Formats: sequence, structure tokens, C-alpha cells
Amino acid sequence: MPRRLRRSALQCRASSTRSENNPAECSARTSLSFFAGPRKESTDKVLGDTETSFEPQKVRILTDIIRQSAADLAGALASKQISAVEATQAHLDRIAAVDDDVHAFLQVDRDGALAAASEVDRRRAAGESLPTLAGVPIAVKDIATTRGLVTTAGSKMLEGWVPPYDATIVTRLREAGMPILGKTNMDEFAMGSSTEHSAYGPSHNPWDLERIPGGSGGGSSAAVAAFEAPLAIGTDTGGSIRQPAAVTGTVGIKPTYGGVSRYGLVALASSLDQAGPCSRSVLDAALLHEVIGGHDPMDSTSIDAPVPPVVEAARRADVKGMRVGLVKEISGEGFQPGVKARFDESVQLLTELGAEVVEVSCPSFEKGLAAYYLILPSEASSNLARFDAMRYGLRVGPKGIERPSAEQVMAASRDAGFGDEVKRRIILGTYALSSGYYDAYYGQAQKVRTLIARDFNAAFEQADVLVTPTAPTTAFKIGEKIDDPMAMYLNDVATIPANLAGIPGMSIPNGLADEDGLPSGMQFLAPATKDERLYQVGAALEAALNERWGAPILSKAPALAVKESI
Amino acid sequence: MSSLSRDEVAHVAMLARINLTDDELDTLAGQLDQIVGFVAAVGEIGVEDVPPMSHPLPLSNVTRPDVVRPSLDAAEALAGAPKAQAQRFAVPRILDEE
Repeated sequence: MPRRLRRSALQCRASSTRSENNPAECSARTSLSFFAGPRKESTDKVLGDTETSFEPQKVRILTDIIRQSAADLAGALASKQISAVEATQAHLDRIAAVDDDVHAFLQVDRDGALAAASEVDRRRAAGESLPTLAGVPIAVKDIATTRGLVTTAGSKMLEGWVPPYDATIVTRLREAGMPILGKTNMDEFAMGSSTEHSAYGPSHNPWDLERIPGGSGGGSSAAVAAFEAPLAIGTDTGGSIRQPAAVTGTVGIKPTYGGVSRYGLVALASSLDQAGPCSRSVLDAALLHEVIGGHDPMDSTSIDAPVPPVVEAARRADVKGMRVGLVKEISGEGFQPGVKARFDESVQLLTELGAEVVEVSCPSFEKGLAAYYLILPSEASSNLARFDAMRYGLRVGPKGIERPSAEQVMAASRDAGFGDEVKRRIILGTYALSSGYYDAYYGQAQKVRTLIARDFNAAFEQADVLVTPTAPTTAFKIGEKIDDPMAMYLNDVATIPANLAGIPGMSIPNGLADEDGLPSGMQFLAPATKDERLYQVGAALEAALNERWGAPILSKAPALAVKESI
Repeated sequence: MSSLSRDEVAHVAMLARINLTDDELDTLAGQLDQIVGFVAAVGEIGVEDVPPMSHPLPLSNVTRPDVVRPSLDAAEALAGAPKAQAQRFAVPRILDEE
């Protein structure tokens, strides 16, 4: 793509940042291209122009591809206004232009993505009926196995490892015709809230490259926020989809536990892990949720029921009469003032939209973080025992031993292959499960977990959904908390109760904090298997917030410097 | 109860088969002591008669039909092995010398 085209898109974005009074200007210009589809009359003329495809129009379309929602891209693909190869190439170009700075990707699979896109184009040309998102490219967190494509889970332990099979969610993306752009960066084995624990260096927040993009799925959130991918896959064990979404001004959903298959995901804590969508809008997330969700016989903890009607709910976007529960214990007290202010406004906005706000109390949440940091390390210490240097992964010999035993090689390899945070958690978990401590730690934490689930059950008798701020602060600086594990853990205080209880949660951007101009997140929680409620209320608040702020929150992010590689 | 000595960390690391260096032990022991102090808060809540919860779903003994399906061949299964020999994973010695 000619370089000046990319620059013009960025100028547009920059102008929206400057003109705070009329930020809608930019988005209006952007959507003028053609992607808004037949719903908006004003685009019809442009649509007509595109079909004749004289040069200036074509140019505009290619420039704007990366700014489009997945839903609009899918519409343009289906009506053949754009090819899957063009859509994929535009994102590969964007990655080439900005990812040296953002470092959202650990692997970019240019050839694989273009081949998948080309196949979609061939099938579409042949008149085949294709899935909704066919041709819409996607980024996948490096925790999901991809056949033939290196998968490291952010660890030196798996450096260069090429999986011999696809995770079920990856199989479903391929079946849906979604080209996989590459694998996104993450905290090692998904342990962390900043990507600083990645063995391959941190990702950077597109809002401010000095800051963290959240974690563990910071690569996925950064890729979506930097317009390197319209959609991404994340996994969420204690907030690793939702907290990155909050600090990058994007949308992230942790589905009900068991709603999306875990087969082929490198396991962290098997009773907490759940994969889900990352996107720039609630509807886009719903479209992806329907692709990856549903029963999988390869995962014995997969729920044998249809995917909740999330797309329908996102389109309904109505909260009239809905009971929204304000959780007394996580209502933003002690959080960053700007985060609390945006949260309070969002609650007010829900009231104005016709929701009934009630206060609920979940007293056991106070011990949630402590229970989580016993249960997670316990399960992780067991899961990560598989990295034994025998069948796959790193193997190094201990220094100064001539014929080392398997156990000596194992211990040396695990010291060399695991980073500090992984070692901390394995040791903590081993300790919590060890004889003499099991009852006081792991056993006690499991009982607290029961109390937390009971608190949710009681709350959902009074409310259809619950709301909290997603994270206590906006994005913090890279390096700020790296030497203080406890400070890092406190990021998860609002997100972990959902994982402990197995219920679904969503984060959407709800504005910018006054003190630093960085995005904050609004979290919705719903009862197990009622994921559609998140989409219904999330889409309603999203629409109201876009109106209030004049444009999607993400359009206020500063422009990234573009590497002129072509 | 909520304190973890350097020796205990060394012992637990051995159980977890992680060969920590002295420097790592110094750093980790302090951090883990702080973390254990924090998580011990689970003991401050009354849980008499509360059953433990190990999993969010009430599932047990999930089965599927026992049918033959395609699986990895030996070459694929061994492709990621640090060392392979004669269609097997080659491992360091597992028994003591003699």
C-alpha cells in the first residue's frame, strides 16, 4: 500500500484527538467510505462509486480497511466490495508499520493468513455460501496451539515449539474462514497483568507506548487497539481478557466457564481458564463468540448446550426494565478517582436508559483475591509439571554434572525455562498443596470459593446483571510494578470473582480518566450461561457512551508513528 | 503460620523440581513470605459447614463414545522432543549409577 494513504488515515485520527469538541468528525469521515452498509442511506452513493472502482475511491477503501468493525468488514466482504486478500494484506501492512513499537505479536504468519484469505476469495467467487466472518482476519493469543505455527505461551520453555495440532478454537476460526494474522504476546503462561512477564519483552499500550497494555492478554488487546487486527482471541483466568480491554479502550469478554472449549490451550488453572473474544465493539465480540463457542467433545468441561444468543442480544441493545446490581464491595472506593468517576457516570447513564439500579452486597469478595492466589498457583503448579524437559520444550543439562539424572535435567531445565513470576507461583502452589499446609491454604481457599459463588447467587436474585469498574487504575507505566508482585496482583481484584464462580464477564471502555486521559473500563457480570445479558446491556451502554463522547472512545487515542517500510 | 523461611522455599522448590540459584532464593523467599502473609487471609473467614468448591460446573464422569479416530503418528508426536531415538522419547538416565 502506498505510504501516503496510511498517513492520511492517521491524520484523520490525529485530527479527532485534537478537536475534542467535535470528535465525531473523524469517525463520520471514516465511515463514509462504504462500510456502514445498507442501513445508512448516506453511504449509498459512495457504495455505488466503489463498485465502479475508479482510483480515488478504491484508495479510500484500502486506507480505511483497518479502521472498520469486523461486522462492517464482513458486510463488505460478503458483497464483494473488498476481497479477503485485501482485508488481510491491509492488516499485515499495519502490523509491519506499527508493531516494532507496539510489539503485540510474537509471530506474524503472513503466508498462512494470505493463503487462508485467498481460499475464502476462491470459494466466494465460486458462489459458495460462507460463514459470516469469512475473510475477516484475526489475531490469536500465543496460548492456543496452532498446527505448524510456533506457540510459546510467552515462555522460553516453549521457544520455537511447533504444535502438531490445532486448539479447537483455532479449528473453528479456520472453519469460519478467518485468516490468522499471527500469535499475540502475553505474560508467560498467562501469569501477569501487564505482559512484562513475557520472556520476549513487553507489549506497549497504543495509547501511550510507555505504559502496559494489561495482561496477560496484552498482545491481543494492543493488536486490536492499534488497528493491527479487528478481532483477537484472549484467555481469562483472573481477568486476562477484561483488564487488558479496560486499559486499552477495547472490548473483552470472558464467557461462562465451559462455554468455549479449552482443548489446545496451554493450561494455567484448569478450573478458572476460559477463552473469549477481544474486539473494538460489543457486536463484533458477539460475532466472534458465536464462532468459537459451543460444545466440544474434546473438552470434558465443555457445556453441552447451544451458544447463548449473543449476537441477537448485542443487536437488541436495550436495558429498559433490566435490574442492574451495584456491588457494594467493588463500587470503585479506593480506585483511581478518574476510574471511579467514569464508573459512576456509566451507572447513571444506565439509569437514564431505563435500567433499575439496585445495590447488592457480596461480603466474601473481600477474601476473593487471597483465595484466588491460592487456587490459581495450586492448579498451575500441577499443570506446569508437564514441562519436564522430556517430551517437548527446553532441555538443558545442569552445570558440572557429567551424567545427570532425568530429575537433575528436569530441575535445571525448569530453572532455565521458567521466568520469575512462574517460579513464584509454582512454588506458592506447591507449598499450598503440601502436606501440613493443604487444609489451611488450598482447602480453606476452596471453601471461600463456595462463599463467593453463594454471594453471586444471592446477588443475581436481586439483579439481572452486576456492574463494577473493571480495573482499579488506568494503564500504569512499564516497570512500575514489576518488582512488587503483590501490587501487580491487586489489579485483579474486580475481575477474579467471576473466574472463581465460573460466571461470564465483559469489559467495555467507558471513557477517559480526567487525571491522565487514559481509558477506563466498565465490567458487567451475569449468571452462568446467561452471557447474552452482557451483550444486551453492554451494547446499550456502548451506544449511549459513543453518543456522549461523540465517537467511540478508541478514536481518541493518539496516532501511532508509522514505519515507512514500503 | 503465615511466614515462609528461605529454607522452606528451597525445600518446596526442590519438590517442584526447580533448581533455584542462591540469588533467586534470596529474592523469592522475601516475596513469597509477603504473598503467603497476604493469602493467609482466607483463614480469617468462617467456613464451618461450607463445602469446598473445586470447580464451577457440577460435572462428573463425562464420557464420549469409544471410537477410533485419527491421531498423531509417531513422527508428529516426536517432532517437538528435545531428543528422540527409534520412535521413542530419549531421556536422561532415570536410575542411579551402578
